[in-house]
Amino acid sequence: MSQDIATIRVTRYRPEKDSKPFFQEYKVPYRHDMVVLDALNYIKAEIDGSLTYRWSCRMGVCGSCGANIDGEPKLTCASFLHEFKGRTITVEPMTHFPVIKDLVVDMQDFMEKLVKIQPWIIREKETPPEQGEYKQSAKELERYSQFSSCINCMLCYAACPIYGLNEKFLGPAATALAYRYIEDSRDQGKNARFPIVHEMEGVWECTLVGECSVVCPKGVDPMLAIQKTKILGATNALKSLLMPRGGR
Amino acid sequence: MEHHNHDIVIVGGGAAGLRAAIAAVELEPKLDVAVVSKVYPMRSHTVSAEGGMAAVTREYDSFDSHAYDTIKGSDFLADQDSVELFVKEAPRESYQLEHWGCPFSRDPDGRISTRAFGGMSVKRTLFATDKIGFHLLHTLFQTSLKYENIRRYDEWFVTSLLVDHGRVEGVTAIEIRTGELVTILGKAVIIATGGCGRIFQFTTNGWIKTGDGMALSYRAGVPLKDMEMVQYHPTLLPNTGILITEAARGEGGHLVNKDGERFLKRYVPNKMELGPRDILSRAEMSEINAGRGFEGPYGSYVNLDLTHLGKITIEDKLPFVKELAEKYLGIDPEHEPIPVRPGQHYMMGGVHTDMHGFTGMPGLYAAGEVACVSMNGANRLGSNSLTECLVFGAAAGKAAAKYAVRLDSPSFGNPVQGEAMMEEKRIFDQLLKHEQGERISSIRTEMQNGMEKHVGIYRDENSLKEGCRIIGDLKTRLKNGIVEDKDHVYNTELVAALELDFMLDVAETMPYSAMQRRESRGAHYRTDYTKRDDTSFLKHSMAYKTSGPPRIEYSPVTVTRWKPEERVY
Repeated sequence: MSQDIATIRVTRYRPEKDSKPFFQEYKVPYRHDMVVLDALNYIKAEIDGSLTYRWSCRMGVCGSCGANIDGEPKLTCASFLHEFKGRTITVEPMTHFPVIKDLVVDMQDFMEKLVKIQPWIIREKETPPEQGEYKQSAKELERYSQFSSCINCMLCYAACPIYGLNEKFLGPAATALAYRYIEDSRDQGKNARFPIVHEMEGVWECTLVGECSVVCPKGVDPMLAIQKTKILGATNALKSLLMPRGGR
Repeated sequence: MEHHNHDIVIVGGGAAGLRAAIAAVELEPKLDVAVVSKVYPMRSHTVSAEGGMAAVTREYDSFDSHAYDTIKGSDFLADQDSVELFVKEAPRESYQLEHWGCPFSRDPDGRISTRAFGGMSVKRTLFATDKIGFHLLHTLFQTSLKYENIRRYDEWFVTSLLVDHGRVEGVTAIEIRTGELVTILGKAVIIATGGCGRIFQFTTNGWIKTGDGMALSYRAGVPLKDMEMVQYHPTLLPNTGILITEAARGEGGHLVNKDGERFLKRYVPNKMELGPRDILSRAEMSEINAGRGFEGPYGSYVNLDLTHLGKITIEDKLPFVKELAEKYLGIDPEHEPIPVRPGQHYMMGGVHTDMHGFTGMPGLYAAGEVACVSMNGANRLGSNSLTECLVFGAAAGKAAAKYAVRLDSPSFGNPVQGEAMMEEKRIFDQLLKHEQGERISSIRTEMQNGMEKHVGIYRDENSLKEGCRIIGDLKTRLKNGIVEDKDHVYNTELVAALELDFMLDVAETMPYSAMQRRESRGAHYRTDYTKRDDTSFLKHSMAYKTSGPPRIEYSPVTVTRWKPEERVY
């Protein structure tokens, strides 16, 4: 298979050495089926062992390898080098996150938000598993299915202008996951989750720019989740106003 | 040196580790459990499993049928008591996972759907489209967040087990973000780090599968069992090694050679595409060696043809296969066949344990792919491994909890303190201080190529001897390996060097165990001993660490109700 040479410019930042980030340029031979991650791996193995980035599955499902590629948040394992033929590819850490080293960002904020939305099935009464599954129709599954496909890659946070301005904003992935549980027919935790997604920095902060849904590598539509949560919230608020004893 | 103290320390945050953590705190809510993982748990390699998880959930099915299929699949090397426990616990664990929210695909009556899988005589594989691993992992991880006494150490890399007079009392670990070595003490330690596919050049396994837990246990004195039993999966994308799930065949896909022939009729006429993985992988190689494969830029391959399945089946049941084929090969499986070839996928062998995940060393447990319980014997059936993680993860969690609840906390005195200081010296004063030497990456590449070539699908005395020699040499060379990155903060090259050090120890057990098994059984195929030999080899190999090459001993196979018979499909 024929080989071309890619020019790739990567952000370097080593807190023990560098006062601020800078770009380092590398030349990488590549074949048609190679992705940006392959280029990073080539650099690390053959040129510079200190280049630092996260990766594992190389098949778009572990969610480790996000970066800003030519300014757009993408998975490096799903971005083909040939698509950038003839120009320098710029690879930077995902925006809106503190940088730990080179392309590695700090995602602790999301990990805390994830716990906050209580991403587990909440029920008033559990049935022992010995009695079999909770039945669910294909239609019921369909209501939350896409929102359960989030791989926590953080691309949507890197793309979200609101999160860029206000890191307290719950943000796309966490809201989509909250909505995933709210819409799951097996879950009864709506009342526990609503105050979280509706408080000041919850869904109402979102101005529906929709960048989150554009960059999602798994076809999740967080903006839709945010919209739907707003509607559900408004209906709920109205119901509790009209039926204060429990408009569920 | 900083130290932390917990009741139970779990190494690994994939399916087995998380299931163990939840089982431990549910059984003993007062215990506090640490989950130490070198990646955020939702990055664990469980995430890549695609096809499904096996459990008896239908009226037409039975425990005996699941057990027999598994034992026959194992070429009778599985311990039948482990298999019997496994099949009985599998439905409960599956329903528990469903109760925790796993988005399983459903039948029209609302029950979890089942699909056909290789070596399974009826449809018993539960699935969530073709992303069961991803959904299972995220369900377990998100559920684990509910328990305040599960404390996580995300992106901490465990470097050694701390052992006091034969009893495990914790681990040393590097906090990757700061580069500090710390001790995490515990009354019990559960190893749940998964497999070691990155020892091989061509594997489905993610970058993180470096056999850490196998090496940790082996170095502490626990034997590695049946390490010659390496599973080669028949359908990997030829360029990247990305897995195309067996569910593609379960849903009706065909394997064809360049003459357009469904060649499996010559090998497994009664099962065809639903034959077991070991036989199918060899069948593909036989076709290729007979000149009936296709030739491509990455060598020879055969085709996996899904074009007759139709748009609806592919989109509803195999969306990830479609995504992977389109993205990584530019192929639309609705209209074109997918090129595939066999490659390393799974380790049947691993850390020796009993049915409760106990390794025999007080305080040390193991579960999941890292362990060899043994229910997979010489060949694992597809879709048994995720259920195995749940069943034996839960068993190990409970056993460790029962053990830990009776004990006082270990104290940070000697010999543990001395061991931790030696470890600090080994890593930071020796390994990291080398200024000149060979690149870690070149030693790693040679290991992967050597294992691929000499300890692969076909083996013989000479190739295995060569495998032993190569690994021995590389171990010597690694002593002069150089880590270019001298930083403390997030030093992935240092972690890679320690992982390589683990992999070489684990890799070495494979050709040594394989050399002494002078028969062919399951995935272990010797061209110089092509028949199974129950008289001499119906037994588990046990590799022990010594100061030289591994010492191989044997332990008996437990046969309960199914006498070994010829394995014909």
